[in-house]
Amino acid sequence: MFDTLKSRIFQGNQFIKDIKNAPMREQFRGFPILSENYECDEKICPTGALKTNPLSIDMGKCTFCGACERASNAVKFTNGYKLTSSDRNKLIITPDITYEEYLKSAVEIKKEITKMFGHSLKLRQVSAGGCNGCEMELNACSNVNFDMGRFGIDFVASPRHADGIVITGPITENMAYALEDCYKSVPSPKLVILCGACAISGGIFQNSKTINREFLEKYPIDLYIPGCPVHPLTFINGILSYIQN
Amino acid sequence: MTNWIKTRNNTKLNLADIPELSINELRSEIISSALRPVGFFGKDWGMGRTKLFVILADDKNGELYVSSALFGAEEKSYECLTNEIPAFHIFEREFYEQFGIQPLNHPWLKPVRLNQDEYKFFEMNGEEVHQVAVGPIHAGVIEPGHFRFMCNGETVYHLEIMLGYQHRGVEELMLSNPSNQLAESICGDSVIAYNTAYSQVMEILKDIEIPQKAQLIRKAALEMERMAIHIGDLGAIAGDIAYLMGASVFGATRTLVINTMLEFSGSRFGRGLITVGGVNYDITEDKLQRALKTLEKVIKDVERMTNTMLKNSTVMSRLEKTGTISMERAKEAGLVGMAARAAGVDLDSRFDFPDKLLSELQIEKKFFKASGDVNSRFKLRYKEILQSYSIIKKIFAKMKDYTNDKICTDNNTGLSQNSLAISIVEGWRGEVVHIALTDDNRKLSRYKIKDPSFNNWYGLALAVRNNGVSDFPLCNKSFNLSYSGNDL
Repeated sequence: MFDTLKSRIFQGNQFIKDIKNAPMREQFRGFPILSENYECDEKICPTGALKTNPLSIDMGKCTFCGACERASNAVKFTNGYKLTSSDRNKLIITPDITYEEYLKSAVEIKKEITKMFGHSLKLRQVSAGGCNGCEMELNACSNVNFDMGRFGIDFVASPRHADGIVITGPITENMAYALEDCYKSVPSPKLVILCGACAISGGIFQNSKTINREFLEKYPIDLYIPGCPVHPLTFINGILSYIQN
Repeated sequence: MTNWIKTRNNTKLNLADIPELSINELRSEIISSALRPVGFFGKDWGMGRTKLFVILADDKNGELYVSSALFGAEEKSYECLTNEIPAFHIFEREFYEQFGIQPLNHPWLKPVRLNQDEYKFFEMNGEEVHQVAVGPIHAGVIEPGHFRFMCNGETVYHLEIMLGYQHRGVEELMLSNPSNQLAESICGDSVIAYNTAYSQVMEILKDIEIPQKAQLIRKAALEMERMAIHIGDLGAIAGDIAYLMGASVFGATRTLVINTMLEFSGSRFGRGLITVGGVNYDITEDKLQRALKTLEKVIKDVERMTNTMLKNSTVMSRLEKTGTISMERAKEAGLVGMAARAAGVDLDSRFDFPDKLLSELQIEKKFFKASGDVNSRFKLRYKEILQSYSIIKKIFAKMKDYTNDKICTDNNTGLSQNSLAISIVEGWRGEVVHIALTDDNRKLSRYKIKDPSFNNWYGLALAVRNNGVSDFPLCNKSFNLSYSGNDL
């Protein structure tokens, strides 16, 4: 008992106080800045996120592996971690888009969403072929450092208790049915959030013959959270930017 | 063993040098050798034929034995090995699923990754017997898999595990678009282990030797991955027995380790660090010093919390004698890695298949007194965290000799023709085996991956027998097996 208390006192306060302005290590590969003054080869990109004519990076496909950055000065990954967008097309970054502009326009805030989910949002996560990278990071969102629960955002066990689903992974053929079943079990109104490069575009698995992405054509998607895997700060800030005004 | 070609870890063979036996010969050779399988896979051999490659491990002498058998277009079955050596059960099931060659009299020819709906689960009858079905979507934020418990009241008689929901066709993708990024995404909690194995296989096939400094960085990253996941798992075990203090402290401590990894590589799990030919990012002196300081604090926190937990009787009553698997059973089922070590089966490919670096660093295998239960797996994790820390310290000390060295060599050479390359890397779960075959055109013609979970899932099923069904989450967490690594 005393040992437990001693451990508690020794730990102090671990939570990040201001999660919206939390500092990020400079090595983190986040928002890309492009420059047309340099040559680069789009073949270096393993997922086809990099396009050279004209120059652009699709953050929905990008695994943030840094291969293009190491090969050419045309791409520079900053440590900007707020990458979320409510519009798939906005994830495509061109040389004229700065991080500040992206932050202003990426997420479209809707009144009915902030009113409905602003103080409480319960999510059901579905791993549909995810490699356990995004899953571990989503688990980390609830740990004592990031403590997502303080904003009223939580992962719940049953889809019946949820306000929406978070999908990770490229959606394998074998999970397609279970995913749709889960979505149908969530009471309306509900959100669909795609988390990570695999979920948004198929990522590194986009050419796989055993994935089935029909679900995404059938149902509306509310939020795209890029990353490979998604950093907890990216996820929490992404959700907050959508449900709080 | 004249019908085998003897080789070592991280080597390549000419396909022409691998003996080709008849399947009956190969079968009796395997049975008489009494060695452990690390590879048992088919390859399309043209004209409807299939070639079966078998790789056995002699862990005591650090040697691998390779042989093969050719199935003609008409030969669609053979007498199974599983009845003689149970550890082959999953390998034979996979071979059947991928190539349609049936192991006759196989006791349990259940699908591995496909056609889950068609399989009929075992059933038990009786007044008090009932089934509990869970998944593929579980209660927590974890990967999908289906579990079916056959219970008598609270007690589990048998657990059947159905996997394959994560099947993304990785082995096929490896042939069309092999890349480090794909290797990293096969199993996202073992990024370093998988990427090291993939890179080593490619380096062997390309005949390139990577700089010593890159070797050191890879080794350090591998041990950091082991530390981070083991600390996270200690937290998860604490969480599953509702000891929230442990869950919080271990969770926060793990963050420190993976944030150090972020400083090294730009990703919390070390993505982008390793490439074919070496590593992409150098660990500079100041990063190294900062990392050492952080890890020292981490170890202090882990030691304090673990000892507090192990002194607590309510904790111990949940950990001890829960989910026990005996050494005999573990050996029979062919468990590997951490799960096997916790049951007293002494398998650790870091030491069984050592490389030069290991003896230079003077790292030795440590004895662990195993009891096979959750407590044993908990303590083994703790011991491995301490051991990894001491390895990291040695590596960091050695890095000073290579301050201005290169970290990557040119990797633009082509692959060797008609070769087979094997690389075994001890990830935190156990041996990650990558095997690649090339053809006449210097292209990959077959890529085989074996995750330790592939062997160990059945171990989990054995461990939960006669335990309360409510102890399943605890047993599961103590193994923490990979779905994506198994499903590929």
